[in-house]
Amino acid sequence: MLEQFILVFATLVGAPLAGGLLFGIDRKITARLQGRYGPPVIQPFYDFFKLLGKEHIAVSRLQFIWIYGYLVFMVVSLIFLVLKSDILLLVFLLGFAGVSLVLGGFSTKSPYAHFGANRELLQIMAYEPVLLLFAIGVYAQNGSFLISEIFKQDKPLLFSLWPLFLAVLYVLTIKMRKSPFDIATSHHGHQEIVKGVTTEYSGPYFALFHLAEWYEIVLLLGIISLFWANPLWVGILIALVAFLLELLVDNIAARMTARWMVRLSWSIGLLLGVINIAYIYLTKGVS
Amino acid sequence: MGLMQTSRVKSPWILHFDNSSCNGCDIEVLACLTPLYDVERFGMVNMGNPKHADILLITGPVNRRTARVLKNLYDQVPDPKVVVAVGTCASTAGVFHNCYNILGGVDKVIPVDVYVPGCSVRPEAIIDGVVMALQKLASL
Repeated sequence: MLEQFILVFATLVGAPLAGGLLFGIDRKITARLQGRYGPPVIQPFYDFFKLLGKEHIAVSRLQFIWIYGYLVFMVVSLIFLVLKSDILLLVFLLGFAGVSLVLGGFSTKSPYAHFGANRELLQIMAYEPVLLLFAIGVYAQNGSFLISEIFKQDKPLLFSLWPLFLAVLYVLTIKMRKSPFDIATSHHGHQEIVKGVTTEYSGPYFALFHLAEWYEIVLLLGIISLFWANPLWVGILIALVAFLLELLVDNIAARMTARWMVRLSWSIGLLLGVINIAYIYLTKGVS
Repeated sequence: MGLMQTSRVKSPWILHFDNSSCNGCDIEVLACLTPLYDVERFGMVNMGNPKHADILLITGPVNRRTARVLKNLYDQVPDPKVVVAVGTCASTAGVFHNCYNILGGVDKVIPVDVYVPGCSVRPEAIIDGVVMALQKLASL
């Protein structure tokens, strides 16, 4: 029990540090790819503390509740991951986090925030079924939704679930808000209509959004590292390579429309997932 | 300098607004973001949203239509904030000063902290102006 408390505490403190550093590395590498020098690696932390010190302008009180909801659901789903709990619940909690962000966008009167919230909904529509299929794929392979069960298997999931791995990589691009899918809001200035779903957040509440994103990136890379859970360092290595791949894709891809994203995600992502799960059941037999 | 002040100086997010400029200064503002000058290495990011910005870069003279917009944008930027008038027109209305629709420089509508003269301003001058604005931001 004490061990679990320490683990949760370490996650609460360590994940934002790791996430912030990852975003700093992201900005540095992106700058180098564009032939620029780039900001220091700890730039996201400067941004975070600056935002904390700024005045907060309330447009609607409800949006603050929803941004806290986004943060809390994200943190809880990360805790589900480190405690090796149920992956199906993790996917649902991640969905709730996304929905909180959408409701935060809709709770203001700004048309730009509404645009962003609509697009965030489309993003959820695009990635949520793929993540659900991943959970079902894990069940089909291991006979259990528990993450702890994944760690007990000697054979990595990647061998049997490699089509789903490709689909989850696709989801990573959508969730990281990288091109070609930086549709609801974007990390680069001047891309999304004003600033999409985050338009109405200012000062400390925008800092909370950044904090939630740091937890999110750690969570997503954690989900990817589950594909090679034994030994875990190989999985983490795979996740980091996937992260670098996303940065490359971000810099070489143009931004696509939301409809194109949903169409592609449903046709390729769902197809890969369904074929994968069907193949597992065909070879193993339904028990 | 405390953590908050260091962060403030290290992460100035910029909102660029064009009153009724001839676009000469606007091109120079955007030139600062190109690989040649790369102001992102100082943490400066060009934001499209006043609610996320710290520094307002205003180009061009204020006319009767943009005065209201400018005032609105200024009110939407959360404190602490600084205003930089970029170019001769933004500082004093320049060659447009006698036009029937021009109110004058940016300081006719909102308080200006740093004036950067030039027609059009060099990117180096804009970066200098922003650094001066940052010194002011650190003392706020």
